[in-house]
Amino acid sequence: MTHSGGYVADPRFRAIEWLPWLLALLCFFVAPSYLPLGSYVLTMIIFALSLDLVVGYAGIITLGHSAYFGAGAYIAGIFAARVSTEPLTGLAISTVGAGLLGLLTGVVILRTRGLALLMLTLAITSLCLEFANKATGWTGGADGLGGFAIQPILGLFKFDLFGKTAYLYCLVFLFASWWLVRRMVYSPFGASLTGIRENDVRMNAVGAPVYMRLVVSYTISAALAGLAGALLTQTTQYVGLKVLGFELSGELLVMLILGGIGRIYGAFVGPLVYLLAQDYLAKQFPEYWYFGIGMILVLVVMFVRGGILGIVDAGIAKWRGASA
Amino acid sequence: MQDFLSSLVSVAFHGLAYGMILYVISVGLSVTMGLMGFANLAHGVFAMAGGYVMLTAINSQGAPFPLAVAGAFVAVALGSMVLERLLYARLYTAGELEQVLFTIGLIFMAVAVARLIYGALPQPVHLPEYMKGQLRFLGRDFPTYRVFLILFSIAIAALLWFGVERTRWGAMVRAAVDNRAMAQSVGVNTTRLFTLTFSLGSGLAALGGALGADIIAIQPTYPFEHLVYFLIVVAVGGLGTLRGPFVAALLIGVADTACKYWIPELGAFFIFAATIGILLWRPGGLYGRAAT
Amino acid sequence: MNIGKAAVLAAAIASLAIAVNASAQTIKVGVITTYSGPGAAQGDQLDKGFKLYLKLNADKLPAGVKVEPVFRDDTGANPDAARRLAQELIVRDKVQFLTGVVWTPNAAAIAPLTAEAKVPFVIANAAGVTIPLASPYVARVSFTLWQASYPLGQWAAKKFKRAYTVVSDFAPGHEAEEGFIKGFKEGGGQIIGSARVPMTATDFIPYMQRVKDAKPDVLFAFNPAGKQATAQMKAYADLGMQKTGIKYVGPGDITTDEELQNMGDAALGVLTVHHYSAAATRPANKAFVAAYKKEYGEKLNPGFMAVGAWDAMDLIFQLIRDQKGKIEPDKTMELVKKYKTANSPRGQIVIDPETRDVMQNEYLREVRKVGGALANVEIETVGTLIKDPWKVFNKKK
Repeated sequence: MTHSGGYVADPRFRAIEWLPWLLALLCFFVAPSYLPLGSYVLTMIIFALSLDLVVGYAGIITLGHSAYFGAGAYIAGIFAARVSTEPLTGLAISTVGAGLLGLLTGVVILRTRGLALLMLTLAITSLCLEFANKATGWTGGADGLGGFAIQPILGLFKFDLFGKTAYLYCLVFLFASWWLVRRMVYSPFGASLTGIRENDVRMNAVGAPVYMRLVVSYTISAALAGLAGALLTQTTQYVGLKVLGFELSGELLVMLILGGIGRIYGAFVGPLVYLLAQDYLAKQFPEYWYFGIGMILVLVVMFVRGGILGIVDAGIAKWRGASA
Repeated sequence: MQDFLSSLVSVAFHGLAYGMILYVISVGLSVTMGLMGFANLAHGVFAMAGGYVMLTAINSQGAPFPLAVAGAFVAVALGSMVLERLLYARLYTAGELEQVLFTIGLIFMAVAVARLIYGALPQPVHLPEYMKGQLRFLGRDFPTYRVFLILFSIAIAALLWFGVERTRWGAMVRAAVDNRAMAQSVGVNTTRLFTLTFSLGSGLAALGGALGADIIAIQPTYPFEHLVYFLIVVAVGGLGTLRGPFVAALLIGVADTACKYWIPELGAFFIFAATIGILLWRPGGLYGRAAT
Repeated sequence: MNIGKAAVLAAAIASLAIAVNASAQTIKVGVITTYSGPGAAQGDQLDKGFKLYLKLNADKLPAGVKVEPVFRDDTGANPDAARRLAQELIVRDKVQFLTGVVWTPNAAAIAPLTAEAKVPFVIANAAGVTIPLASPYVARVSFTLWQASYPLGQWAAKKFKRAYTVVSDFAPGHEAEEGFIKGFKEGGGQIIGSARVPMTATDFIPYMQRVKDAKPDVLFAFNPAGKQATAQMKAYADLGMQKTGIKYVGPGDITTDEELQNMGDAALGVLTVHHYSAAATRPANKAFVAAYKKEYGEKLNPGFMAVGAWDAMDLIFQLIRDQKGKIEPDKTMELVKKYKTANSPRGQIVIDPETRDVMQNEYLREVRKVGGALANVEIETVGTLIKDPWKVFNKKK
């Protein structure tokens, strides 16, 4: 493994860490016509953050994180379609539900490592997908679940066509998720996760409760993924089977690695760059944008391990070296 | 009772045909993952390439079927050798994550290229006359082509077994799987061994893709759509063995067919549940060495 | 890392800030179809139909008016992505029409949006029966599965007694199954079994073996046009089901013209009911097929989806002409309800003012060899300007 990120002893905020939030707010005013895409990017950043927690910090390689994203999305959808279209309750229930699923599956599968674990995550999300596909009474099956209109948030902010409310709604929850993840990875708990990633045998030897730590981080991560899924459902007011597909997990992993794993902000940069590139390429060459994305991936792996933030690090190091 | 027996025969036969195709495609992946520790998600690309080579040879060059199949094997084996030297070899020492990212990138590119050259429609498969129709034995009709598939795949499995268990190359492969450093230090040229094995595995995938084109349609999204099944065969069977993927592929082929036949409502549910069960019971797969 | 991130974000914002200003006389039409993923073949049909129409009919607009299509890829049956694309087309690209859409779930997700945004949405394919009910701004020029399957069931009941149905497991599949079964049972036939196959299935042998072992007289099948239809046809041939006297029937989706040649001789004798065949001899169709082959190659036949796209664009052009380039959503929808043409490649079509769904002729066709190639030969008209039967049976009381 060639991680560069991990536990940092100094948890104080650096000024630069406020920049993403400023930019996100700026986007809201400068590019109002891009807000639907913006909300989607924000949602995927939350999802990527949750993945970073397990892949980047705890070292659990998974191709099945969409199981929790999809669980959150479907719980939010079913809740809205059957119980109430109040958004915050739906969001809370989805987050808890996905977290529970994460706990249940995590307890079982986290005893394994390597290929077996990778395959188990893959099989779990495929199983969830089959379940959603077949439980048509609840999920609508391949036709998806829609036909509900989410109520205004707190009775005040209506989800509008231009996606302004949706954007700010996602931004608020992204901020909360970021705060949580940041607190976690800068805590002793985060330090022990990094330790497990680097050498779980040694962590066991020094008496750390490795398995418990993994289960806890997996559960929290699953809950965050569920939150992201629920946000997607509420902002698009529709759920389709793709939210459970392993392709989504793969794509997310690609975004995260593209940004740089195990460093929180990789989860910001990766989805942003990937989704903007997709938006642009898909428009220019709707038929062949896959080639561009594939090419970028191969080049990143061949020449710049550590993703985009890895390049930036290297660039800064070189520049400092030259000026020193 | 008679009906039940005859449906049992149906399921066993079709399950066997599907399982054997899965085996031929996946066995190469199992060996390369076991030997080089490389998580090659792009394995399906080689199977797809094999299918395209064969179908192009038949449809536009008018090549006879056996020649086209052989051509698919050779072309993809050689092509993958180049790819291995140029790209894969640089990543043997990289982390699993980089390998996953790289091979997903390859899949994306292959999908786009296939679409550019062949369009989105699945390629038509024109089998020679002697492969069409049904064979009749035991009072039942069996599609000729599937009978051929089963026999041919069993022959390949036997040949592979002989190659790995009885030849010098096989001994080197087994040694390198067990302990690469030790094999290297006793004079095995592992670089060359890797290249050869990789290209053989890819060639086999191409063979499986070409022969199975009639069952698993050749179209651009092939490498994505069937990846899960290839990976399941490898993981359930266990890495670096020949027997593992064989048993796993048969298991999956028959179970999948049985589900579709008797309880189509269940879909692929059973396969994934079984995969989870087996991996929890034996994380290293059925025939893999104990998980570490 | 921080400087780089700032640069990336700044670049992103810069690209976001470039707003698109449409001139008053350019009418943007948002086209959502499928370019990637398993459904790319179907999306390709729509794409070809739209582009052909736009190329050949650019001069049929009022002077100074131009139509600018904005193509988007929904990557397959992916409702949330489709909905987002539609939202972006409306908000960012300011399109005045939406059209395209291969997949029923996608159209179902987009429809409510058009009610809110007041953007007329002309469905060029997605056939899910209830979609036009979801918004007053939706019209459909394609078809519903009931339109073909119900008359087929009635017709089949006259010839066969025992039927088995095998359909794809999503809304259009269910609708085809229900339509056929209702027609077949009303005619006195008996359904001896039904199976629903996942949309991701590639190997149909196990399902078809089951059918063969049940020994029906007739097998009714539906797949979304494309490779699944070919795979099922192949299974029918491989198992020698024709020999055992099982007739293969279905809506025209199972023998689409673009895919038919790939199916091989197995398809010979298959009976379908549908609204369009590339082999039809109407002059409008001959001209259309000739233009299509000229543009895309002698070997390619247009399928019904290409025709759906062609007719969708024809409707939009008509609406633009009627309003001389100044599009008002509500007036547009009033005009939609008056649309009729006798010059569609499929013959006469009319938009039903009550449901905004298409009314068209349905033909019984048989797959035969014409000049060495397979073709859907129309042998009988089973219905003239049929309304969607489902909406007739389920009228709001």
